[in-house]
Amino acid sequence: MQRVATWRRKGLGRLFLWGLAALAAYVLIRNLVTNPTLFFQQVINGLQLGFVYALISLGYTMVYGIVRLINFAHGDIFMVGAFVSFYAISRFQLNQVPAQIVGGLSSNISAFLGTILVIILSMLTCSALATTVERVAYKPLRNAPRIAALITAIGVSFFLEYFAALEFVFTSDYINYQRPFPVQVWDIRGVKISNIMLIIVVTAIIFLVILQQIVRRTKIGKAMRATSYDTPTARLMGINVDGVITFTFALGAALAGAGSVLYAIAYPQLIVFMGILPGLKAFVAAVLGGIGSIPGAFIGSLIMGQAEVLSAGYLSTTLRDAIAFTILILVLLVRPQGLFGEPEGEKV
Amino acid sequence: MLLEVQNLNVYYGAIHALQGVSFNVEEGEIIALIGANGAGKSTTLKTISGLIRPRSGNIVLRGDSITTLPAEEIVRRGVVQVPEGRKIFAPLTVQENLEMGAYSRRDPAEIRQSMERVFKSFPRLKERLSQYGGTLSGGEQQMLAIGRGLMARPRLLLLDEPSMGLAPILVEEIFSIIREINAQGVSILLVEQNALMALSVANRGYVLETGRIVLAGTADELLHNPLVIQAYLGGH
Ligand SMILES: Nc1ncnc2c1ncn2[C@@H]1O[C@H](COP(=O)(O)OP(=O)(O)OP(=O)(O)O)[C@@H](O)[C@H]1O
Ligand SMILES: [Mg+2]
Repeated sequence: MQRVATWRRKGLGRLFLWGLAALAAYVLIRNLVTNPTLFFQQVINGLQLGFVYALISLGYTMVYGIVRLINFAHGDIFMVGAFVSFYAISRFQLNQVPAQIVGGLSSNISAFLGTILVIILSMLTCSALATTVERVAYKPLRNAPRIAALITAIGVSFFLEYFAALEFVFTSDYINYQRPFPVQVWDIRGVKISNIMLIIVVTAIIFLVILQQIVRRTKIGKAMRATSYDTPTARLMGINVDGVITFTFALGAALAGAGSVLYAIAYPQLIVFMGILPGLKAFVAAVLGGIGSIPGAFIGSLIMGQAEVLSAGYLSTTLRDAIAFTILILVLLVRPQGLFGEPEGEKV
Repeated sequence: MLLEVQNLNVYYGAIHALQGVSFNVEEGEIIALIGANGAGKSTTLKTISGLIRPRSGNIVLRGDSITTLPAEEIVRRGVVQVPEGRKIFAPLTVQENLEMGAYSRRDPAEIRQSMERVFKSFPRLKERLSQYGGTLSGGEQQMLAIGRGLMARPRLLLLDEPSMGLAPILVEEIFSIIREINAQGVSILLVEQNALMALSVANRGYVLETGRIVLAGTADELLHNPLVIQAYLGGH
């Protein structure tokens, strides 16, 4: 009886989901037919957003994979990365340093090198901050009930936001971001593609490939996978699990740091709360892809980017943020392990 | 003396799992630690490996206390455990599993040498290098687990129920490999429920019952001890 009931509930859930998918497909196809230019524009915009989410959501998923902690402070580390890049550009003109050191660079190349310099600075700052947070706030709770660490993560998140809002740290106001290079827009049959969009996609793909290589090929990457699968046995191999955890936080934060600069370049307004929504959406992307799975986080992020932009464009702009949480609820109801997740972890 | 375990007391919350356990392993020996389910055999090995901290007692390796060292440092000193249930890293390939065994070592040439030696003992692993650990059969997983342990170049190998769940012919094979490993100079602390097999390869043995060592002696003495025959050898 029990089995029949679950089966029926699952069947209903599936039916509901398919219905929703059919409705979405209908809306999309109709819009594709009536105004293909606008449709492709939306897809491009969604792609840009999705790649930024991918850079954030990898940090959630890797950290969760190893310490089974949803690091709610991750979005705020992202925010710090954006602010650091703002000060580096507007106060210290870090992006102009290459041009000053090497005379006679073309303006394109010097802007390119300057941007890389800014991205690297943000990555390093975010890594340092994340590993400090891990050491100070999470490590003492390694053996405490999981809920304690989760509440601590939320606390750290608030702390970072309000600490950053202090006048002698960053600021509590909105500030306008100064891009390290001018925007260029190309018009391809009515679809506008900007250099920002291209830079985001290319940079994100480069980082994703590097990450994949680290996790697949390097010794520490293999240790990450082993630790994520079975921590006590990893320790029996002589793997320094604390070191692996620190490395994982640093790696995830570095990606978020890179993502934060790209995000600020694309959406050039900063506020200390700017990490909350992208953070939550990237988290939903990680859950959608199957938390703990790196390809899952990537695919989940691209889907989230599309879902957000398309629902804002075709349903209602106010749906923009709600759509993420609708997806979260649906995933948790219908396929809690996500697209690429194992139904049940081996975790002891 | 290679390893001295002195008066270990280990608790899981209120459960007093090891109650003053003492024993020792001499250089070059195979020591069998036998006991029923829940006697505390795995707890003993985990405590030696540093996964569990004892409330009191001491673990001494060649005269140095390793009681409070982190697990990875204990591996580096040559005490390597092959855990109960094999604990293969399922999403890692056979090769990567072996590499993880050598995690504490640096010299790539030496590591390759060790890997070749593992293939000599377990030729089947070589054919399956790029296969995922989780797709191996139970017997192959046990071979991989032991091979992975050997990759750390142990002085003392802690084996937790290597025969568990294996067909008799594989059990024979595993035990002959255990002898071989020992013949190459690795001391072995062997935890087994299969007391007959364990005592047939061991020099000496200890019997653990609900957290206490109740009997100790040479393998021969234990094989002929009426209590051991009664409780662990099926009464023959
Ligand atoms: N993580 C744990 N939490 C609480 N109690 C535990 C834990 N691990 C083991 N125990 C208890 O400690 C005692 C010893 O367990 P241990 O695993 O060492 O036994 P064992 O001799 O290895 O048994 P088996 O032959 O079944 O593997 C048992 O009573 C067990 O229930
Ligand atoms: Mg056991």
